Amino acid sequence: MAIDGLEKIVGGHALFAGLGDAFLSTVSGCAKNVRFAAGDYLFHEGDDAAALYLIREGHVGLEIAAAGHGRMTFQSAGPQSVVGLSWLVPPYRWTYDARAVKDVRAIALDATCLRRKCDADPALGYEVMKRFMPTIVERLHNTRLQMLDVYGTPS
Amino acid sequence: MAHPADMKTDPMVPVLAQITRKHMEIPGVVTFEVEAPGWTGFGPGQFNMLSLFGVGEIAISISGSCHDTDRIVHTIRDVGAVSHALTMLEEGDTMGLRGPFGAPWPVAGAKGRDVIVAAGGLGLAPVRPILYHLLANRGDYGKVTLLYGARRPEEILFEQELGQWRSQLDLDIEVTVDHAAPDWHGHVGVVTTLFPSADFDPDNTTAFLCGPEIMMRFAANALTDAGVGTRDIFLSMERNMQCGIGLCGHCQLGPHFVCKDGPVFDWATMRPLMSVKEL
Repeated sequence: MAIDGLEKIVGGHALFAGLGDAFLSTVSGCAKNVRFAAGDYLFHEGDDAAALYLIREGHVGLEIAAAGHGRMTFQSAGPQSVVGLSWLVPPYRWTYDARAVKDVRAIALDATCLRRKCDADPALGYEVMKRFMPTIVERLHNTRLQMLDVYGTPS
Repeated sequence: MAHPADMKTDPMVPVLAQITRKHMEIPGVVTFEVEAPGWTGFGPGQFNMLSLFGVGEIAISISGSCHDTDRIVHTIRDVGAVSHALTMLEEGDTMGLRGPFGAPWPVAGAKGRDVIVAAGGLGLAPVRPILYHLLANRGDYGKVTLLYGARRPEEILFEQELGQWRSQLDLDIEVTVDHAAPDWHGHVGVVTTLFPSADFDPDNTTAFLCGPEIMMRFAANALTDAGVGTRDIFLSMERNMQCGIGLCGHCQLGPHFVCKDGPVFDWATMRPLMSVKEL
């Protein structure tokens, strides 16, 4: 059975699809394969945002706890999704928990490594930022819709 | 398609319909099966005006199968004075019924095409007749996908039926909720997050949308972004329907009477109107 190299796997993820070979090689230098069994946490709220995850298989629930509400899943992420945006902005700290709902295979990108490479090569940094912005904007839009509670009982 | 005149020569005069079965779907949402004299059937997407004498009258879409000409099925959420009084009725009780009214979903026009049905919250009730029709005529259609969003797992409508349809393997069903306790293993997020993983040919797809207006707007935009034509996206509009026959004007939306010209419209027609805040 052929085993795909990291560059092929990273380039095959929706986030980095079409990225040039040179950039792909640079980004893949920060990557490693990871697995999480159902129930395992990828990270916890308050931890350093040391990595971001490109989900290949499985399903991740993003959870937050609030007094009076208990733990609540506010978003799920499946194959071709990205888990983790807090690595982009100081203080690089997770603001929610991420838990594998089903067994997960993912690529973990070392956040310090990727930030350092983006700082060293602004063209790479711009390319990476362009690829993250749609995800950020989409999540902002979706959060706005969730806040509207459109399925709730009209007042 | 049945016409109001089929049931009663005067569409403004209700008949007495008797409740033969009452079923609590989820807290605050009740499904009634009723029998009405003179009923000859309906088209998917049409609605009836249901009334209780001394309380009032409201428009409720028909949530049963158009192939079932004996029973009329209505799913009602307890949100106002009339709907509250209706949901308090029991088997054997009667209600006033006029209808069916409105233009149905154009299911015949979707033959040979992929079909996406996207619904949110109680919006699953008005599209359920589409699903019954598609399942009864499965060979006439391409890939059929139901994308359904609810507020939380406890508020998923027709949950048992969704499970049965999913097990039939010839219908893709994806359900998402806006938020959930950690023991929920399904999708969490707004219904539009389901679109990227849906398998359809945008050049040969007809979409039927029903739910809160803002949900339909975002869903229609997501579909047009994916390449589906604005004339191939249909949505069911909700307005203050009163007469049901386009006379009183209470449901007017721009140049359209929702009760008579709709409630089903295509996105090309609705898009300019839905961006007008005053409407």
